[in-house]
Amino acid sequence: MKVTVTVNGQERSAEVEPRLLLVHFLRDKLRLTGTHIGCDTTSCGACTVLLDGTPVKSCTMFAVQADGRDVTTVEGLAAGGKLDPIQEGFKQEHGLQCGFCTPGMLLASKALLEENPDPSEEDIRWALSGNLCRCTGYQNIVNAVQWTARKLQSDSATTGAS
Amino acid sequence: MTTEHTAEHWLGRSVKRKEDDRFLQGRGNYVDDINLPGMLHMSILRSPVAHARINSIDTSAAEALPGVVAVVTGDLLAQHNLAWMPTLSGDTQAVLATDKVRMQGQEVACVIAEDPYIAHDALELIEVDYDPLPVVVTPQQSLEPGAPVIRDDKEGKEDNRIYHWEAGDPEATERAFAEADRVVSLDTFYPRCHPAPMETCGCVADVDPVTGKATIYMTSQAPHVHRTVFALVAGLPEHQIQIISPDIGGGFGNKVPVYPGYVVATAASLLIGRPVKWIEDRTGNLISTGFARDFYMKGELALRNDGKMLGLRVNMLSDQGYAYADAQPSKLKAGLFHIVTGSYDIPAAHVVTDGAYTNKAPGGVAYRCSFRVTEASFFIERLVQTAAYELGMDPAELRRQNFIKPEQFPYTSATGFVYDSGNYEAAMDKALEMLGYEDLKAERERARGEGKLLGIGLATFTEVVGAGPSKDYDILGLKMFDSAELRVHPTGKAILKIGVQTQGQGHETTFAQIVANELGIPPQDILVQHGDTDNTPYGLGTYASRSTPTSGAATAVVSRKLRDKARELAAHLLEVAPEDLEWTGDRFQVRGAPDRQSTIQEIAFAAYTNHPQGMEAGLEGVTYYDPPNMTYPFGTYAVAVEVDRGTGQWKVRRMVAVDDCGVRINPMIVEGQIMGGLTEGFAMAAMELITFDELGNCIGSTFSDYLLPTSWETPKFELGETVTPSPHHPIGAKGVGESATVGSPAAFVNAVVDALAHAGVRELEMPIGPDKVWKALVEAGLAE
Repeated sequence: MKVTVTVNGQERSAEVEPRLLLVHFLRDKLRLTGTHIGCDTTSCGACTVLLDGTPVKSCTMFAVQADGRDVTTVEGLAAGGKLDPIQEGFKQEHGLQCGFCTPGMLLASKALLEENPDPSEEDIRWALSGNLCRCTGYQNIVNAVQWTARKLQSDSATTGAS
Repeated sequence: MTTEHTAEHWLGRSVKRKEDDRFLQGRGNYVDDINLPGMLHMSILRSPVAHARINSIDTSAAEALPGVVAVVTGDLLAQHNLAWMPTLSGDTQAVLATDKVRMQGQEVACVIAEDPYIAHDALELIEVDYDPLPVVVTPQQSLEPGAPVIRDDKEGKEDNRIYHWEAGDPEATERAFAEADRVVSLDTFYPRCHPAPMETCGCVADVDPVTGKATIYMTSQAPHVHRTVFALVAGLPEHQIQIISPDIGGGFGNKVPVYPGYVVATAASLLIGRPVKWIEDRTGNLISTGFARDFYMKGELALRNDGKMLGLRVNMLSDQGYAYADAQPSKLKAGLFHIVTGSYDIPAAHVVTDGAYTNKAPGGVAYRCSFRVTEASFFIERLVQTAAYELGMDPAELRRQNFIKPEQFPYTSATGFVYDSGNYEAAMDKALEMLGYEDLKAERERARGEGKLLGIGLATFTEVVGAGPSKDYDILGLKMFDSAELRVHPTGKAILKIGVQTQGQGHETTFAQIVANELGIPPQDILVQHGDTDNTPYGLGTYASRSTPTSGAATAVVSRKLRDKARELAAHLLEVAPEDLEWTGDRFQVRGAPDRQSTIQEIAFAAYTNHPQGMEAGLEGVTYYDPPNMTYPFGTYAVAVEVDRGTGQWKVRRMVAVDDCGVRINPMIVEGQIMGGLTEGFAMAAMELITFDELGNCIGSTFSDYLLPTSWETPKFELGETVTPSPHHPIGAKGVGESATVGSPAAFVNAVVDALAHAGVRELEMPIGPDKVWKALVEAGLAE
């Protein structure tokens, strides 16, 4: 079957088997290997991408289900050589070690901040509870999201004032 | 005119990580990201039963499936003498089963196909006829007379015992117990859990059909050791094997052993002449690769009534699964378990350890732990708390009374370790102060009066890490030194090649900081290369918190060698005698004439453009560092929990962790290691469990059954530090990656037990779920 998906702002088409998982479409057909696979049971969240802005686990979705829709992967976050604020937050707060869960964490965090620009610690912990991390634990990841929230708020205050 | 110059300091600085930018942008390069032209995909058929004779394997339908290139069985491997392989502790393990399967999940056949989906499809078409055999799932069953002999493949093997090993002095310990006022005992079990790194194991094996060179991209914590094992297993010449361990998605000990998948993929690539990729699925990872713990521990502490510890006796029985397959120094059959005297000055100790085969996955790897230090530390910290209850003493004061004192270092323990440095009381006092120990104790009493349960748990652990001195430590005879090679380029930039292999520890940053500290070349000007056996000096790899103690030391030493040569070059440039120069951190200046100076960059340029006659050109060197001793990091973890009398649920109110790992190279990274380790320590105490039914079925084969903590249930941690440098490490550092998983499980368990201790509860087995607490509450008459 032919599927056409807008990935990171670019329309991408491929012939796929109906059973092809979205994560394999992204990794193997489009060679976007930033999206990782950590389990087979929708438990770990390493494969999280944004589907029309909502975080989904791409190992539990067929590529054909994404036909005609908009997907954002970790490769779509930085623009013009500049890190997205959420990426900067993870770097500043040491929110990553081996980097394997990081793409999923970044996208789940980004979706949270789009919906709730001023989340409490509890909000953040709840929003990220579908994403597992083994190296870092969660405290620095929570700190990273808080750093980003503050950054976005101060950026928008500056923009608003000018 | 420059008269005073102060070089930047690079130790103790939280430099942001050099590796972050690629990971943050999805530009890491993990094994599964590697895609070679013509690459095939491999899937493994695993045994559904734990113990059975294989009558037959019919692969014809699988072979007939379009897209399948080959189906590999044990019989095929046996024709190439590859059906069995050596393990890193000198035992053997099946690559693919021939005669029998000996655990559920054992590798039985492999399909090689054009597409990973087809490879999986074909597994369904393989018919295996199993003849079930009696199953042994505990080491106690396994050592009973008449138990089925699991390793009957080994000639002359008539029982299931793997080793019996003792440490310490039995007679002195007997005498200590005879003199004791009282003896306190503990009988406990550290259950089987699994490191479960987020990335499973896998490889891409690419054997060039023309040159015969095997390039193997592999999830390896120890690529050089694995290359040597491959040379021994496959009979391939070692110079024709290149192991590349690219970015690794976490290891925690799980990626130290050699797994059958690596061997079959390589053999298949050799036979077929195309690259073969094998990526393990999560179930394969959880049921077949190196698990951890599964230790039954029973012991007694001999005490005087005033609290003085006189002697310690411990019996340990470990379940190793069907092969003794963890990495193990060959002299030390139970690893470093005999560190079980912990932080205490116990004059006599005797440790008896046994290992047994069962029909379970092989291994017993050290999950974020240095060769079984975790189990030892857990045991003594639980036993000391039990002793405090029996003596009616404050657990902190009992510890304080028995700590090895700062003036006793170097301290020789009753089991033969020589502790390098420590100040245990200072770390404990800091933790108690941060926690507000005295106030909490008062609150605990008040709470009990109000019918609420509050518990306080401590662990004042000492670890032994940094294996290790070559006189005592080896893996398969390979001595556990480690290495660093440093080349400074003409323009003053540098490349450092190390024998260890990062899996998230941040070596690309911290090792550059060590060079920067010694030579004044800023970290951003230093490329750190690791994990490629053709392009790094030989080393034993990263596990057991050994990178900084060994390869980190090598990095400091090789930098100093280069600095010695730089002095000669500077003397030549400045036309003075070498001894008239002084080093300022990033340059040499003439004593008494500090405006005459050469920076390290100027000196590097001269090494290639203007070196004195008779001196070799270049500024480079290599060091193989044989550590004179292990390092002994320590700390105090203090936990306060609240227990719900209505449900048995427990909740961490405060968790304070004071670590002393000597000099900290990068405090941000050290604290990151501790945070991650505490999360895993909490997980072991609260939820991580791999268990088996009586038929050997693994319960815990997916993340739906094997519970890892999420951000929701993981508590907050408050960190503190003391600094007691290692006297023998070149920069005073000790290892730190595992302190938190070693020390914290006992602190969590001690806290939950403490909440119930006034009603006589002394033991709760990990993982402590609400069910176990509820049962204890009911039995103690505390349930609501």
